[in-house]
Amino acid sequence: MARRATAYGRGGPFVYLVALAVVAVTLGPVLYGALGGFRTNAQLARDPAGLPDPWVLSNYANVLSNAAFWRYTLNSTAIAVVTTAVAVLAGVMAAYPLARYRFKLREPLFLVFVLGLLFPAAVAIIPLFILVTRNLELGNTWWGVALPQAAFALPVTVVILRPFLMALPKELEEAAMLDGATRVGIFWRIALPLSMPALVTVGVLAFVTSWNAYLLPLLLLQGEMRTLPLGVADFSTQYSADTAGVLAFTTIAMIPALILFLAMQRRIVSGLQGAVKG
Amino acid sequence: MTRVTAAPAATDPGAAVTRGADARRVTGRRRGGKRRQRLEILLFVTPALVLMATFVIYPVFSAARMSFYRWKGFGPMVDFVGLENYLRVLADDVFTDAVMHNFVIVFASILVQLPLGLALALLLNRRIRGRGLLRTIIFVPYVLAEVIAGVVWFQLLQPRTGVLERMLSSVGIPVPEQGFLGTPDLALATVFVVLTWKYLGLAVLLFLAGLQGVPDELHEAAQLDGASWWQVQRRIAIPLIAPTIRTWIFLSMIGSLQLFDMVWILTGGGPANATTTMATYLISMGTQRSNYGIAGAASVVLFLIGFAMAVAYQFLVLRRDTRADA
Repeated sequence: MARRATAYGRGGPFVYLVALAVVAVTLGPVLYGALGGFRTNAQLARDPAGLPDPWVLSNYANVLSNAAFWRYTLNSTAIAVVTTAVAVLAGVMAAYPLARYRFKLREPLFLVFVLGLLFPAAVAIIPLFILVTRNLELGNTWWGVALPQAAFALPVTVVILRPFLMALPKELEEAAMLDGATRVGIFWRIALPLSMPALVTVGVLAFVTSWNAYLLPLLLLQGEMRTLPLGVADFSTQYSADTAGVLAFTTIAMIPALILFLAMQRRIVSGLQGAVKG
Repeated sequence: MTRVTAAPAATDPGAAVTRGADARRVTGRRRGGKRRQRLEILLFVTPALVLMATFVIYPVFSAARMSFYRWKGFGPMVDFVGLENYLRVLADDVFTDAVMHNFVIVFASILVQLPLGLALALLLNRRIRGRGLLRTIIFVPYVLAEVIAGVVWFQLLQPRTGVLERMLSSVGIPVPEQGFLGTPDLALATVFVVLTWKYLGLAVLLFLAGLQGVPDELHEAAQLDGASWWQVQRRIAIPLIAPTIRTWIFLSMIGSLQLFDMVWILTGGGPANATTTMATYLISMGTQRSNYGIAGAASVVLFLIGFAMAVAYQFLVLRRDTRADA
């Protein structure tokens, strides 16, 4: 029996072969970018798939000493932080009564957020552009991008947070209530700290989505207000002849998202699974 | 049940002890309770609702309104044209092709990524060495921005200088003169390959998580009955993760209908409109040509297609899952 179980559960050489192929295909393009950044354009032209010989640091040094790169990074960071803060705060505030109060409009209100999941951002993008640039006069600002992004992050935030808040034990709230705490006080001092793990999950999702966003920043931001994805895209068209430079720029732009992902891997994954199951 | 302090559920033994004291307190506060509760709910929900109303709901309605006017983006919207924009959009070959491209991506994703993702998840669900690392690696492309992945692939796919062309021609596979992205017949398929690279990891990861929920006893029992590995997967594991699969299909459909970033970076919708999607069409109509009425009509069509597909899928497929939960 034990022998058969291992025969079932463990992978044979074929499984390892497939796994290896998957790793090669998955990481190939990323490694090509990272290694390409250490080569010269002449090396790349001679043998596109070769290793750096010799290793050249100037491409990466150029990116890191490029003021525009740091400016884009600052913009991306600021916009992602504002987006995350607004989406998580507004999201948990909305999810709280939807989970903890009983009132007539509760389910219809929740449905507003569920339906929000179905609205493709592209549908609203042109009026959004007009609204932000003309009516709110927030064109080419951090807030002009962050607020709409937070709004579009709200549905998934609320949908993930509500079941989590529903599952919190009632006893703590009741005890606090007996001690004379108000609902708002309970929200701040009990519900919020207890739901930290879920807040981190939705926060990471909102941050990564904002960090990677392209369409809205493309319409709203110009010049030195651009974010990293816009910077990468523009750099690659502007300096299309400088392949090594483009690869170095792209690779460095990947790093923050990768680090965040590696640090928060569990949370991202459980968040996505929660979204799928919920 | 509209009091501020919702009474503990009857099934909750821990709370039952406090119920008497709780009730006494509540009656004392009860007079202003209902109004107070409304105020609290309002306080909690308002920020989210204001954001949604301003940046999601209003723009969507605004797009719908725009679609009935001829408007170049300046001055008041006065030139009401009824359904003319819709007729023009639907008669525009570029748009109908774009709709078709979206649907090609929708169905290709399901036909290719689903079996591939499932196969990989089943293989990786075995106790192999380095499984955790493998899972991390598989998920990396999903975390990268579409723009960044797109720029790297754009370099890989360059005609003459790109790596893929060198690799393929060195093993004797002919490469088109204009490169994969430059040849109208191949461009959409190439975009799809890159999308698969980017999004397969999500499918694998979700399926793997589902498979991990399948109890080991089921596998063991089936093995004792002499079922082969494949039989166990087909008869037990796959049916058990069917809800996850159905939800993935739904997410994939919605994503494919909205496709923009990758296309914009790789081809910009070209060559010769071979890769336009509904989103690239409405962006180029709206921002590059200021045909806001046309862009509005295209938005509404995109919304209606997405909505119809979501409702149909919910009704035909997902309903089974929600019903099972209830």
